Amino acid sequence: MKNNDKITMGHGGGGQLTSELLNSTIFVKLANEHLDKADDGAVLDCPFGQLCFTTDSYVIDPIFFPGGDIGKLAVCGTVNDLAVMGAIPRWLSLSLIISEGLSFTSLNRIIDSIAAATKEANVQIVTGDTKVIESYNSKEEIYINTAGIGFFVHEKKPDIKAIVPGDKIIINGPIADHGIAIMCVRESLGFETKIKSDAGALNSLVKEVMDAELDIRFMRDATRGGLAMLLVDIAEATNLGIEINENAIPINASTRHAAELLGLDPLTTANEGKCVFVVSAEDADRTLEICRSHPLGQKSKIIGTVTGNNKVEMITDIGGRRIITRPLGKELPRIC
Amino acid sequence: MTMANQTTEHIKELCKGPETINIMEVCGTHTVSIMRNGIRSLLPDSIRLISGPGCPVCVTTQGYIDAAIDLARRENIMLCTYGDMMKVPGKDISLDQQRANGADIQVIYSALDAIKFAQQNPQKEIVFAAVGFETTTPITAAAILQARELGLKNFTILAGHKLAIPVIELVAQGDAVIDAFLCPGHVSVIIGSDAYIDIATKYRKPCVVASFEPQQILNAIAKTVEMIVNGQIGVHNEYKAAVTAKGNIHAQELTARVFDICDVNWRSIGLVKNSGLRLADEFSSFDAVTKFNLSDIEKDYSMGGCKCGQVIQGMMDPNQCPHFGNKCLPQSPLGPCMVSSEGTCAAWYKYHPLD
Repeated sequence: MKNNDKITMGHGGGGQLTSELLNSTIFVKLANEHLDKADDGAVLDCPFGQLCFTTDSYVIDPIFFPGGDIGKLAVCGTVNDLAVMGAIPRWLSLSLIISEGLSFTSLNRIIDSIAAATKEANVQIVTGDTKVIESYNSKEEIYINTAGIGFFVHEKKPDIKAIVPGDKIIINGPIADHGIAIMCVRESLGFETKIKSDAGALNSLVKEVMDAELDIRFMRDATRGGLAMLLVDIAEATNLGIEINENAIPINASTRHAAELLGLDPLTTANEGKCVFVVSAEDADRTLEICRSHPLGQKSKIIGTVTGNNKVEMITDIGGRRIITRPLGKELPRIC
Repeated sequence: MTMANQTTEHIKELCKGPETINIMEVCGTHTVSIMRNGIRSLLPDSIRLISGPGCPVCVTTQGYIDAAIDLARRENIMLCTYGDMMKVPGKDISLDQQRANGADIQVIYSALDAIKFAQQNPQKEIVFAAVGFETTTPITAAAILQARELGLKNFTILAGHKLAIPVIELVAQGDAVIDAFLCPGHVSVIIGSDAYIDIATKYRKPCVVASFEPQQILNAIAKTVEMIVNGQIGVHNEYKAAVTAKGNIHAQELTARVFDICDVNWRSIGLVKNSGLRLADEFSSFDAVTKFNLSDIEKDYSMGGCKCGQVIQGMMDPNQCPHFGNKCLPQSPLGPCMVSSEGTCAAWYKYHPLD
């Protein structure tokens, strides 16, 4: 098969193909000390201290889904990227690219949702832009970009290089709800599900954990590419390994069943309100306690341990072992 | 001790002898479940699990795939396909890449979705790439009947459905060393567990039906080993919750009404007698091959030395293929085995069994 000179949907899936696209085009051509870190946000030195800066675009279809909409996502996603860098999110920009034909009713609904999310996350939209583009179909479409700035109040910043074997991996609740909820709506599966996206702002949860001055080595929100992608990223960046227990990973039963039906792996399915904490073994229980006392962390679990062997491995429910790899591109539903 | 532990211990107890026990899991979903749950790591070395020809995309001829991609390229055609087909390499491009080039390709979950597209887009020709075993065939049959009832003139299928039993029989007769078959859960729901009796008795190979739940797969392996060790021949149904002896008669009738059994080519395997389904004459107006004047959909050839055929007939493990993991990767596959979600090579690549 010839190599095609075209971007495919797989390049936007957040997996191996996305990494390849970034590495072969963006990172080599635009390299600098901040971009090279490929973190969720950049930590920038300013004359008066440090700032954290990030940006993200939201192109989700459908724009409304159980548990949220593109507006809520656009606020929470950017807030979360700042929060997991250890920053306090403060100001956001808002760029709307509206496809002609979007109803004012939908736009109002999205902006109301943005207003509610900013209030909840205690951030402000301080600048913005609006463009309208031609539409070639009758679908309601809107794309949103938000950039965000946060500042630091905690002395210690999470650092992936601080991770050592023996550290514990904690997640703040059930995985895969967002990706599966979207799939169920997008593909109008014809069966009723109660699965709701977990879209939510994690900054207050993260702040409570940070305030406790525990030995938090690293944090990241598990979004596209799912928990699997995040764990493999950590293992690669640290040259360490991770062993996770399948039966410790929280997942809602309805999400698990829908994923089975669709032939999708919950581990590689997207989340929008899940944070993974890598914590020293000594502080793991205390971190878990703080997470569980927060509304967004009641189902938090310790799901694994950092090891020295360079692989991400899973002890499966029935006691088997297998390797966890990075998803390739966009996961597609199977035949049957 | 957990249930899985007990089963594993029981299997180990049964396998004290020096002989290797070779079990073929026919279905791609079994392969994936075995890999995903790390079942191989729980079994003694003397049990060899071999993946079979049960991934529908992996047994589809290259000519069919090329024809589907060619159709999608034509003006005014919307190609509807199951997700598994998207990344399969054609002679110069995949459907995924074809879509990036602007072709109208829709990933669907059910043949009935294609009917909806046909109703919503009367100005377009809707072609459904109808592949799959007995599980998906009745739905295609239902779609054809519905299309006729609705009087749809813009709906056709590219018929590529296949039957499981003839190919299991082919493997049973073949060169691969196989002592027993782990039989597919979903297919058995339709065809019933009695469908395996002939194979079990004629070739003296126990057949055990199981779902895709890891514990049930372990139970089925234990039962298979038990049958082999005790010299029992026959069919055992571990999936009684869903599989009956005779199967789903309604679904069987639906298929029989719309399709006729015929000889078809299997990718890298060749012609298998009575193993395919073509539209019955009465429904020939729904045949994309005639309507769009397609040729060579039965033609098969392998690209760049792909050894899928040997892999899915149990003659070679994926990691014994010289191209596995170097020339053949999920992002640059030589054949469908490496990209279909049920493909043996894809499952091996994704879940590398731990050595």
